[in-house]
Amino acid sequence: MKVLLVLPVLIPAVTGILTLLLRRSRFAQRALSVLGAVALLGASSAVLWTVQTNGIQVAQMGNWAAPFGITLVADSFSAGLITISAFVAVAVAVYALRGMDVEREFFGFHTLFHLLMMGINGAFITGDLFNMYVWFEVLLIASFVLLVLGNEEKQLEGAVKYVGINLVASVSFLTAIGLLYGFTGSLNFADIATSMGNIQEAGLEATIAALFLVGFGIKAGLFPLYFWLPASYHTPPAPVAAIFAGLLTKVGVYSLIRIFTLLFPDPTGYTKTLLLVVAGATMVIGVLGALTERNVNRLLAFLVISAMGYVVMGLGFFTTLGLAGAVFYIFQDIPVKASLFLIGGVMERETGTTEVGKMGGLYMHRPLLALSFIVPAFSLAGFPPFPGFWGKLTLVQAGLATENYLIVAIALLVGVLTLLVVAQVWARAFWSPAREEGLVSTDSPLQRSVLQAPIVVIGVALLAVGLYAQPLFDLAQQAADNLTNTAPYIQAVLG
Amino acid sequence: MIRSLILQIATRLLVPILLLFSIFMLLRGHNLPGGGFVGGLVAASAFVLYSLAVGVDGARRVLRLAPRTLLGTGLACSVGAGILSLATGASFLQSLWVKVPLPGLSDPLKLGSTLIFDIGVMFVVVGTVLLMVFSVEDRVPGLIDD
Repeated sequence: MKVLLVLPVLIPAVTGILTLLLRRSRFAQRALSVLGAVALLGASSAVLWTVQTNGIQVAQMGNWAAPFGITLVADSFSAGLITISAFVAVAVAVYALRGMDVEREFFGFHTLFHLLMMGINGAFITGDLFNMYVWFEVLLIASFVLLVLGNEEKQLEGAVKYVGINLVASVSFLTAIGLLYGFTGSLNFADIATSMGNIQEAGLEATIAALFLVGFGIKAGLFPLYFWLPASYHTPPAPVAAIFAGLLTKVGVYSLIRIFTLLFPDPTGYTKTLLLVVAGATMVIGVLGALTERNVNRLLAFLVISAMGYVVMGLGFFTTLGLAGAVFYIFQDIPVKASLFLIGGVMERETGTTEVGKMGGLYMHRPLLALSFIVPAFSLAGFPPFPGFWGKLTLVQAGLATENYLIVAIALLVGVLTLLVVAQVWARAFWSPAREEGLVSTDSPLQRSVLQAPIVVIGVALLAVGLYAQPLFDLAQQAADNLTNTAPYIQAVLG
Repeated sequence: MIRSLILQIATRLLVPILLLFSIFMLLRGHNLPGGGFVGGLVAASAFVLYSLAVGVDGARRVLRLAPRTLLGTGLACSVGAGILSLATGASFLQSLWVKVPLPGLSDPLKLGSTLIFDIGVMFVVVGTVLLMVFSVEDRVPGLIDD
C-alpha cells in the first residue's frame, strides 16, 4: 500500500520530468506523454480496485504518523475521481498528438500537462488541509502556464482574469486554513473533524464554512464568482480546454464536498440555504449564458458552470442520496465536458470558425463526429439513456425527499433549457444544409482519426454507463456512504 | 551588461565565494537555517552577478547546462530521493541514513537521502531563477546586455 497510493502522484511527476529532460525530441515527448497517461490509468485503476476490495486506503508520507505528517487517503470518491481523470488524460494525450501545434509542444505542453495531472491527483487523494492547498497551487501554476502557452493576445487577456480571481480564491482558502489550524491545532482532515467542537464553541463555524465556500466556489465556477471561467476557457487550444473543463472545476467542487461533509456535516445557520441558493443561481446563470452565446467554446464554458450547480445542489441537501447523486454527476460530467471541448476543437478545425451558426452541415461531412457529439451533449441535457439522466434523476429524487421543491423545479427547468441549448447547436452546426465551400481542414484521414478516436472512445464509454449505470452508481453510493458516515474515514487515517 | 571595471573585478572575487557559500548553506540546512532553497538562491545570484558583469552569453557559457536541463535534473533528484526510499521498502520520501566512518574522526559521517532531495531543490531553484533571468534578456535584448 505504501507504493500504490503514491503512484497517482508519482507517475505524472516522473513523466513530466522526463518530458522536460527530453524536450529536444518531439517523438520522445509524445511517446512519454501517452505512455505516462496510460500508466497513470493503470495505477489509478489499481487504487480503485484495492479500495473496492479492501476499503479505505491510507499512506503516510515519510513514515510520519498521522496527524503529524502528510497522509494520503483514497476512499471510493477519491479513487473513482483519479481513475476517471486518468481515463480522460489518456484521451487528451492521444488527441494532443494532432490537436497541439509544434510550438506549444516545444515550449513544454506535455510537461505541464502531466504536472497539472499530478496537482489534480494530489488534491484528490490528500488527507491534509495544507497539502491540499499546495496541490491547488501546483495545478494552478501549471494551468496558468498552459493557458498562456502560445502567447496569443486573447489568451493573455483570459489569463489575467483567471490568475487574478484564483489568487483571491487562494487567499480565502488560506485564511480558512489559518483559522482552523488556530482553533484545532491540526491540519489533518480526520484529526480536525474530531475537534470541530472548538470551532463551534467559538461561533466560527459559519465563517469558516463561508471562507471555504468562497475559495472553492471560485475554483468551481459557482455563482457569483464564475465570470472568469467563460472569459478564459475558450482561449487555449482544445486539449488544454478539455482538461481544464473536465477536471479543474471538479477539483474545486470535490474539495467543497470533502470539507463540508467531513468538517461541517450538519451546518448550523444559513450555510445550507446559502449552498442551495448558490446552486440554483449557478444552474440558471450558466444555462442562460449558454443560450445567448454563439461561440461554440464559450457556450460550452457556460455549460460547465451550469453543471456545477447540480453538484452543489446535491451537496446542499446533506443527505446520502443527494451526495450519491452529486458524486455520480461529477463522475459522468468529467468525460462529458472533456469530450465536448475536444469535439468543439474538431468543429473549429474542420470549419475554420467558432461561430455555431456559420459551421453548418457537419452531419453531412462528418457523420461520426456528429454521432459522438450526441452522447455527451444529450447526457449534459439529462436525456435518457445517457448517464447525465441518472445523475439528475437521483438529484431530483433527493430534492423531493428533503422537500426542497423550489430548487427541484429550477433544476428541471434548467434541464429543459440545457436541452434547448444543445439542440440549437445540433441544428445549426450539424443538421443544417451542407457547406457549399466544403471543410477547411487539410488533415489526412489518419490524422483525423487521431482526433476522432479519443472522442469516440469516451462516447462509447458514456453510452455504456448510460445503458448499464449500476456499477458506477454503486461506486457513487459507496462514496456517498463514506461521506455521510465519516467514522470509517477517520478510523482509517488516525488508526 | 554593465561596463564597469570595478564590477568586473569584484565579480571575479565574489562569484567563487558566493558559490562556496551556497554549498555551505545547502549543507548547513540539515540542522540550522539554510537548505537547498536558500543555497540555490545564493548560487543563482552568483550567476546573475556574472551575467551583469560579463553578459548573459558569458554566464550561459560558464553554466554549461541549459537552465531547463538543470531544472529537470533537480526535479529528478528530488523525486528520485523519494523513489529510493520506496525501493528499499520504506515510505515515500522517508529519510534513509548511512553512516560513513571517517579516518581521524571519532564520529562517523551521517549521510541521508534528504541530502539528495535538498540538492535537487537547489538545482531547481538555480534552474528556475536563471531561466527567468535569461528569458528576460532573450525577450528584451539590452535589458542586461547592452
